[in-house]
Amino acid sequence: MHALASVPALAPASDMANASPILPAWGELIVGFVFFGIFYWAVKKYVVPNLEKAYADRTAAIEGGMHKAEEAQQEAQAALEQYQAQLAEARSEAARIREEAREQGANILTEMRAQAQTEATRITESAKKQIEAERQQAIVSLRGEVGRISTDLASRIVGESLHDEARQKGIVDRFLAELESGDVKPEAVGAVPAEES
Amino acid sequence: MSITMLAPTGVLLASGGGEGFEPPGPQDFWQPLIGSGTWAFTRPMLLWIISVVALSWWFIATTRKAAIVPGKGQFLTEMFYNTTRNGIARDMIGSKEFLKYVPFLFSLFAILLVNNLFGVIPPFQFPTISRIGFPIALTAIVYVIYHYIGIKKHGLRGYFGSFVPSGLPAWIVPMVLVLETFSFFVTRPLTLAMRIFGNMLAGHMLLLVFITGGEYMLLHGGIGLKVISVPTFLLAFIMTVFEALIEVVQAYIFTLLAASYIATSLADEH
Repeated sequence: MHALASVPALAPASDMANASPILPAWGELIVGFVFFGIFYWAVKKYVVPNLEKAYADRTAAIEGGMHKAEEAQQEAQAALEQYQAQLAEARSEAARIREEAREQGANILTEMRAQAQTEATRITESAKKQIEAERQQAIVSLRGEVGRISTDLASRIVGESLHDEARQKGIVDRFLAELESGDVKPEAVGAVPAEES
Repeated sequence: MSITMLAPTGVLLASGGGEGFEPPGPQDFWQPLIGSGTWAFTRPMLLWIISVVALSWWFIATTRKAAIVPGKGQFLTEMFYNTTRNGIARDMIGSKEFLKYVPFLFSLFAILLVNNLFGVIPPFQFPTISRIGFPIALTAIVYVIYHYIGIKKHGLRGYFGSFVPSGLPAWIVPMVLVLETFSFFVTRPLTLAMRIFGNMLAGHMLLLVFITGGEYMLLHGGIGLKVISVPTFLLAFIMTVFEALIEVVQAYIFTLLAASYIATSLADEH
């Protein structure tokens, strides 16, 4: 290597070459100082601040991201709680409405039933009255009819002139009244004219 | 000392015998490119400057538009930056005050790592730190910084006071104070500079021995030596990989110790 090549030509510089290796050559010492100083200056001024800034930014970015995520989570939690609250409210509201409706329905039913009952009673009553009225009417008309028919019959049997006399004496009415009260006794047809005469 | 004594012997062998193997020595690490003497512009200086230019360019280019989502270049830079920032500075100094020292430790680790790895990366193939001037320069800066921090924080008296752990028996305090003062002012800088320098010098010399030795055996040796040169080259390869590992580890240790010294100066209690 270098050693083999340079040794024969070493004679002029042999002072330095043969000096103790632990004694510094001043030129090397000073170059060592100066250029280390330059390097240190470059590192301190340009390299470390940039790297530290990048580190700080990185830390901030990570922390910011985490903070943001946390916030988002909290927001989501709040929204969830709100939804749940609303849901619970809606459910109770629905239950309340259902209850109300059921109550209302029951009321309506009762009311209707009562109304129907009244109506039915009323209809029944009026029907009864009508029937009664018709019956009265029928009785009245029947009475007249029966009287006339009876009179007709009797006059046919007894004779033509009986008509006026019978009306005058209210015989028919009396007879019918007796008939209603059940006082009439079966009599032989032949007995009546005898009694009346 | 024995290494330096070997050097002239090598030269003598080479110049005298002509044929003999000249083992590599520390003199091979003096490689002036322009001029001569102590102010010559040398190969490690060139490498040092190249490393500063290349590293500055790379780091500025990859972080100029540092984004939240990094690109490939920024990602690589961040990986390295995080090693220094979190793995060294924050762990050693503590999360309260470490940020102030990150630029320094980062520069230190980056420049040491690249210059050490220059030892095994072609075409550089020279560990800059194996020239003592460079580790001394860096160590001097570390030395000034941690003393300055300590004195600024505790005051001059308080700084020396912080050398001694509280709760010691009174008679032992002066001894501890002397030992610790020696450690703070002499042992620490000396070992800090020498450790990385020695590792780089010796490691590279080991590679030189294997490679130049293998080359010599292959070119000039007999048939037996030619055969032996094959495992020698193999070992040189293994040593190169091993050396790369050591270069990374040493750069890391230097930075870690610098951080630890700063941390002890900042500490409230020793």
